[in-house]
Amino acid sequence: MADLLQFLMSGLTVGAVYALLALGFTIIFNASGVVNFAQGEFVMLGGMGTAFAIAAGLPVPLAALLAILGTAAVGVALNRLAIAPARGAPVVSLIIITIGAAIFLQGAAGLIFDKQIHRYPGFSGEAPLRLAGATLLPQSLWVMAGAALTFAALWLFFTRTLTGKAVLATANNPLAASLVGINTKAIMALSFGLSAAIGAVAGVLVTPITMTAYNTGVALALSGFAAAMLGGLGNPLGALAGGLLLGVLEAMTAGYVSSEYKDAVSFILIILVLALMPQGLLGRKSTDRV
Amino acid sequence: MNTHKTLALAALLAALGAPAAMAQIRIGATVAETGPAGALGDPEAKTLRLLVEQINAAGGVLGEPLELVLYDDGGDPNNARTFATRLVEHDEVVAIIGGTTTGTSLAIRSVAEEEEIPFISLAGGIEIIDPVQPFTFKTPHTDRMACEKIFEDMQAQGIARIGMISGTDGFGASMRNQCLAVAETYGITVAADESYAPGDADMVPQLTNIRNTEGLQAVLNPGFGAGPAIVTRNYRQLGIELPLYQSHGVAGQAYIDLSGAENAEGVRLPGTALLIADQLAEDDIQRAAVIAYRDAYVGRYNEPVSTFGGYAHDALAILVDAITRNGEAEPDPADLRDAIEATSGLVGTTGIYSFTAEDHLGLDLSAFRLLEIRTGGWTQVQ
Repeated sequence: MADLLQFLMSGLTVGAVYALLALGFTIIFNASGVVNFAQGEFVMLGGMGTAFAIAAGLPVPLAALLAILGTAAVGVALNRLAIAPARGAPVVSLIIITIGAAIFLQGAAGLIFDKQIHRYPGFSGEAPLRLAGATLLPQSLWVMAGAALTFAALWLFFTRTLTGKAVLATANNPLAASLVGINTKAIMALSFGLSAAIGAVAGVLVTPITMTAYNTGVALALSGFAAAMLGGLGNPLGALAGGLLLGVLEAMTAGYVSSEYKDAVSFILIILVLALMPQGLLGRKSTDRV
Repeated sequence: MNTHKTLALAALLAALGAPAAMAQIRIGATVAETGPAGALGDPEAKTLRLLVEQINAAGGVLGEPLELVLYDDGGDPNNARTFATRLVEHDEVVAIIGGTTTGTSLAIRSVAEEEEIPFISLAGGIEIIDPVQPFTFKTPHTDRMACEKIFEDMQAQGIARIGMISGTDGFGASMRNQCLAVAETYGITVAADESYAPGDADMVPQLTNIRNTEGLQAVLNPGFGAGPAIVTRNYRQLGIELPLYQSHGVAGQAYIDLSGAENAEGVRLPGTALLIADQLAEDDIQRAAVIAYRDAYVGRYNEPVSTFGGYAHDALAILVDAITRNGEAEPDPADLRDAIEATSGLVGTTGIYSFTAEDHLGLDLSAFRLLEIRTGGWTQVQ
């Protein structure tokens, strides 16, 4: 029983990060139909930026804020310099552009920061909390709370603000949105900025647990993409469900089956889910009009 | 057209203040300065540049300056092979140093053996020199030696039943296999055998299983990069009290910093003299070489020395020693090979090298020092 709880808490911590990654994928996918493979680089930039700002002597909250704003600016620049000029190109080309952007960001981070592994202390100390025979790092609570807050804030943004509704409208039908006076170009920039900021938040929160280096983005992007696919690409709630489910699956497989097959089992389950429900667990059914 | 390009390039280099092309002894190198193995290749490249500069400032070798032709293969065996060919055919080097990873080393080896040019590898894999190839040598100790060093200590402590948690990357997987192969020789049973993928964020489930395995006396973690630091943190989080052994893959200050000094307290691992330069006894045979290299490297680059830079240091030292003994500024490759193979008692930062026709590694277990982390620093276990 204590083991089950231990595995569950491990899985939820990792899953919360996957959920934030999947959310970043979802927002850009909704706004532009593009799967942004540079999403993992945003997490890396958030972590590296915070680590270097803290090393430069800034207090943690300010360092984190700077890293998130800086990463958001990178997201906006990515849209402005790489995605926007290629507007009208097939979506596959845009996806390939994001892969190129990911490689570029990784190389730039290696040059601007360095190639060492970095971390900074957890926000509420490092002493593990004990709970019914299982242990939990305080930072795990930060990660889970951070993910929950981000999802809540985003839900409010999309349902209660005009700008948020404009994003949803653009996602639904860009042409109609622009006809009713929504500046779809600005919405695209906003989506990229928002996605990057969410990635950076994940990076800021998780670096004390996982550590970060210039080349950690690719693996993160793949896990986040898998989570987004599992939950249903395009649905923020699907991102949350997919992320948590993938994290818990990995932990349970490593705990009860074999760590050797950890990744294999989770990916086989993803394939099964997608074969039976191609739109993902919570995805919309897509219908093509003929 | 090529000549024009070359001339233009030469003029450009001269204008930028590059050393004039009067160098006589050309040494080739291809390392992974960037890419996945960049953290290893970067100090190797820096070390080679620094030492060649130092040697030339001190009058060169046999009165002739050295010229270093260094390429960055990014850890890609295809690139390594291309650059090795270029070093031999275009740059006409006397010998090649390099191959940051076992994969690139094997690619370079095939060129070196075909062209009969001496090659000194900087990678760990035992397959590089086993079976022995006439022109290929290497400086780092092997995974198997690291396992043997660790098991030797376990045996001395009366430890007979251990758990292992290994990375699934090349380094971790290879060392895991070697450790499993030699465990029996030391009377050690591996009762739990877990793994994690590089980039995994959390090893708590695996370590929980190790904690629940009956009768374990110690845990060994062959791995490289962030993984072992996460393992160490999770280990303390779960409150496991068994002795923890790490591998030479994390023998550096970064591991202690990332794990946190209080978490790394008491961890044992095999490392080189380079890590404990200041603690070496006054009469330690490696002391002078190790301190000279460390001071020069830290003074130039303002970052701590690593074992990997040490491998490059030793490769160049072996080569310079062989060229000097051979006595010709334009050595015949076969003669140079014979001179390298005749290396005996050469003091490097990694260990004391003595090659023979059957042994192109030239180190024994004494090259490893068993270290224990105490209050955030390294101490040698006597």
